[in-house]
Amino acid sequence: MDTEVTQQATSFRTARSEAPAPASVLSMALPFLALLVVGLTFPLYGGGYWGVIATRACVYWVLVSGLNLVVGFAGQIAIGWVALLTLGAYTTSVLAAGNVGPAWPPYLALAAATVVGGVFGLIIGLPALRLRTFYFAITTLGFATIVTQVALAWQSVTGGGVGVAGPQFPEPFASQWGFYYFCFGIAAVCTWMTANIAASRFGRALTAIRDAEVAAEASGISKPMLLGVVFVFSGAVAAIAGGLFASLQSYITPDAFTIDLSVLFFIAILIGGRSSIFGPLLGTILLTVLPEFAAPLVAWSTFLYAVLLLVIVLVIPGGIAELLDFKNRRPLESDRAIIPRPELVAHLIGTTPATGKLTLEQVTLTFGGVRAISELDLKIDPGQVHGLIGPNGSGKTTTLNVISGYYAPQQGTAKLNGVAMRALVRHERATLRIARTFQTPRIVGSASVLQNVMIGGTVDGKATFVESLLSLPRHRRDETVLRETAMQALAVVGLERLANVRADRLQHSELRFIEIARALMMRPAYLLLDEPAAGLSVDEIERLGALIQAIARAGTGVLLVEHHADLIFDICHHVTVLNLGRTLAAGTPAEIRSHREVIAAYLGA
Amino acid sequence: MLESIVLSGVAIGCVYALIAITYNVMFAASRVFSFTAGTLGMIGGVLGSLFIARMGMPVAVGFLLALAGGAVLGVITEIVAVRPVLKSLEQHLYVLSTLALALMVQQFTAIEWSTEPQPFPRLLDLARSDFDQQFWLPMLACAAVIVGIELLYRHTLIGHAFLAIAEDNYAARALGLPERGLRMTSFALAGAIGALAGFAGGEMLLAFFANAPMLTFYGFVPVALGGLGNNRGAVAAGILLGLFQQSANFLVGGIFASVAVFTVFIVVLLVRPAGLASSAQQRRV
Repeated sequence: MDTEVTQQATSFRTARSEAPAPASVLSMALPFLALLVVGLTFPLYGGGYWGVIATRACVYWVLVSGLNLVVGFAGQIAIGWVALLTLGAYTTSVLAAGNVGPAWPPYLALAAATVVGGVFGLIIGLPALRLRTFYFAITTLGFATIVTQVALAWQSVTGGGVGVAGPQFPEPFASQWGFYYFCFGIAAVCTWMTANIAASRFGRALTAIRDAEVAAEASGISKPMLLGVVFVFSGAVAAIAGGLFASLQSYITPDAFTIDLSVLFFIAILIGGRSSIFGPLLGTILLTVLPEFAAPLVAWSTFLYAVLLLVIVLVIPGGIAELLDFKNRRPLESDRAIIPRPELVAHLIGTTPATGKLTLEQVTLTFGGVRAISELDLKIDPGQVHGLIGPNGSGKTTTLNVISGYYAPQQGTAKLNGVAMRALVRHERATLRIARTFQTPRIVGSASVLQNVMIGGTVDGKATFVESLLSLPRHRRDETVLRETAMQALAVVGLERLANVRADRLQHSELRFIEIARALMMRPAYLLLDEPAAGLSVDEIERLGALIQAIARAGTGVLLVEHHADLIFDICHHVTVLNLGRTLAAGTPAEIRSHREVIAAYLGA
Repeated sequence: MLESIVLSGVAIGCVYALIAITYNVMFAASRVFSFTAGTLGMIGGVLGSLFIARMGMPVAVGFLLALAGGAVLGVITEIVAVRPVLKSLEQHLYVLSTLALALMVQQFTAIEWSTEPQPFPRLLDLARSDFDQQFWLPMLACAAVIVGIELLYRHTLIGHAFLAIAEDNYAARALGLPERGLRMTSFALAGAIGALAGFAGGEMLLAFFANAPMLTFYGFVPVALGGLGNNRGAVAAGILLGLFQQSANFLVGGIFASVAVFTVFIVVLLVRPAGLASSAQQRRV
């Protein structure tokens, strides 16, 4: 026992030393600091017209930084974001010019625009919850068109085609360089805030929604809540950008807000690369500056943006960020064995709260005319491994999906400790500490292994979105705790050495263990494993078995859907055999092994 | 007054319906919505004006060349923007690749043709009347296309092959159908239908590059409301859309008519994401 404890202690010490050291944080911040210095000293070497270009780049980046969370992180194809620039520009200008009521001070007008932008960001964004990619893309385009048309038509307020004067910010921001520093300051703050979000559980959750939506839900991420908050933020900063844009233009007409601008914003993010802050920042600067180098290019700029978009999509879908990601091009060891350490499980899971039994009562679920499961009763006890076997199509995965809330059964309920769990409210399962893995691993390929595992701890985060945005103490504490727990979870499955590797570079078997580590982050009361042994070698299956047993010993109830009969009979306390959606037999492994019908229907021979 | 609202509404609705069919034909062959659908309509109008008004070709020749131009653009869409991303795991890339191509064509037209709307020639030498050719030509085109498509799909071998591909791509390939060839043919057909929309509606819409995004949007509304791949539903929804838009135009003015259309579109989509005529499908995990 003593040796085991010391072993644990040493392993956690090694685990911690694997986490990114402060040096690597500095190297990540270095490109930003370099840009900060260039930006601050810009007036020294850029004169007159270049000042306007630099200011414009700052203004565009304020918008793109927010849009980046929507497009680059959450993967929502919001093409018409220029609508929010237009709204912000007009709200600020109209209020500051006194077209409605007395003239507002410009700062107050800008603040009002921020609120309007937040509200409309939510309105424009929310269809994303219901509509798929192309549908959402086209609704945002529609919004962009409508906003410009309204600006054109509502002459009494917006000045129609004649336009309205942009706001003038008082000293010290009235001069050209004063205004530049004003915009630069806001751009720098936006960079800092979005980088904070990117490195928080919210940023990880956004990429999970993009690349592995079902896994995100199973980890307790509520897509509507999260996207809603991000749309509000993105709309608000876009509207600020609009106010600055109007001031920079000094006079705005609806013509200034073409779809071309929207395309520029969108492409800047794609050039930069998804789930990156620095990439899109470079992309924005590049696209703002590029047409200035050759006068004839200006007329063709949108055409060139479009060509660029096509090239990126077809040739480098990863964008600049992936080109610059040297770290992940170093070859990995080719001969890697996964050696989980079951002895660490108890420390990770701790004392599982006693939640009582997980039961299915008389559950029936049909797809069209097909009965996937009918009148199924199932009972899983804490601390036990419950095997679920049966031929293909017998309803094993469907059963698991009913428990985790993906399907609503026509009859019967899934209950935890006698209380019915709400069907189709999938993210609630995580708060009930029911974790699961998937038949095909659902992983965020572009994120590191560590980040993937940290996604599993989303429900344990305490800091709100705003706290993360501003990197307040509670956010930093969350991150430290999540990172340490994730390293422990990786140590449990034996993958801590790969913590900082991009997940899509790993082998299939390693992805299976990452999913288990992610599920363990939740300190699950119940763990649902969907064919965890599929694609593993014989040795790996054996180690997986030992790991699952250790998880059960720590108090977690395990539901194991599997085809490997040996694994089932070795480690299960109780086995249920399904056939055509009905229970064919249930009992201890020994009873099942000798059950005549089971042998005939399933085990063969 | 009512008569002219109905006439112009049905006529413009038929143009939208044709673009919707363009979307559907491309979607059936590739499971891809293409942003080039409206661009094809725009190109039909511009090419018609170019060949007939500017270059003085006979109407019939200009008509055939415009359709051929649309077909070529359809095939280019397939080769450049659809085929390379079909294999990709990231399913949404087609949205970006087709958007890029649509923007390229649109900008090219704006720069090389004109940024202002150009007149479209009168196609038939008939006196103007209330029931003018600018109204009945789109209706005729729409009727011809819907009848033609139904005949093609139901009564010809190649039509059956199209349906097979639309129903189950893999199974169709396993049966030995030349999937790629059929897909390209479908895109050529879609291109011609799109160009026909712009050509037949040319007198109403003029030869104008900005028709591209307008048609891309208004042509998609009937697809979304009528149900994917349902051409009859698209025609019905297209005509309804045209009527609604024209009466809103008359009642509240042009700008707010488009706001009204957009609002109705969003609300209906949010309530019935799969269209008015279909039931929701459960997704698989």
